[in-house]
Amino acid sequence: MTGLEEAKRRAESDAKSRGYFLNPDTSFLNDLLAGLVENERRYGYPSCPCRIATGKFELDRDIICPCDYRDADVEKYGACYCALYVRKDIFEGKTPLNPVPERRPPQKQRAAISAAGTPVSVSVKAAEKPDVEKKESGAPGMKLWYCKQCGYVALRDEPPYLCPICKAKKEMFAEVKLELVG
Amino acid sequence: MKIVKVLGNDRRHKVFVYALSTCAWCKKTKKFLEDHGIEFEYVDVDLCSKEDIEVIRSELERRGAPMSFPYIIIDDNVGILGFREDELKEALGV
Repeated sequence: MTGLEEAKRRAESDAKSRGYFLNPDTSFLNDLLAGLVENERRYGYPSCPCRIATGKFELDRDIICPCDYRDADVEKYGACYCALYVRKDIFEGKTPLNPVPERRPPQKQRAAISAAGTPVSVSVKAAEKPDVEKKESGAPGMKLWYCKQCGYVALRDEPPYLCPICKAKKEMFAEVKLELVG
Repeated sequence: MKIVKVLGNDRRHKVFVYALSTCAWCKKTKKFLEDHGIEFEYVDVDLCSKEDIEVIRSELERRGAPMSFPYIIIDDNVGILGFREDELKEALGV
């Protein structure tokens, strides 16, 4: 079970590798880390504490911290959506931190909220397997996966269980979709 | 649906917050209201049942609000998205 310290260590090492900083407000930072730890306990992966998650990996993949929207938001607003990761000028207090508008597409948000919540009387379904995409060429089932934490890329059927470089968990891997030209 | 009522001395406005229990901005919002003695109600959407979330979803949709949090409704007509202290202060007169 991931604890606060471990979550902090993970976020710190990721911030460092990307040139970001963690939120300088200690109590705010601890609330965010506690939210990440709670989500990891609930769903098995640390989804964004400030967004609604479903527990369905395919629907939540883009909001697993560090989320797919972080880099663009830090670039534009100086902080990611939940403000765990901030830019240097915000960290140093030179620029005020304001709420970051939601960049996640509304249709994804709607799909998430429709699938969220603890079922009341429905029997628990077996872990849902994502639909296997049909490939026209290449080895069947082989996909490119990149580690959202360190950028390591692997060509495999499934993402690595642990990132061999930064030890991030399987959930940190996202599929890379490439289009071959020529 | 588990709606929590936080008592306060300032009851000039009816304040309702849609929040997430894990969200630090939502926590900040609740604390802001408490610190200003404003009475309010909130629901932590992530802790709700599917049925309740469906009710919340259609309510937010009816109001034309996006599905993000915190969403603060004041006197049933003003909706504030996110912890925007200035907007909250103005709407609540504090």
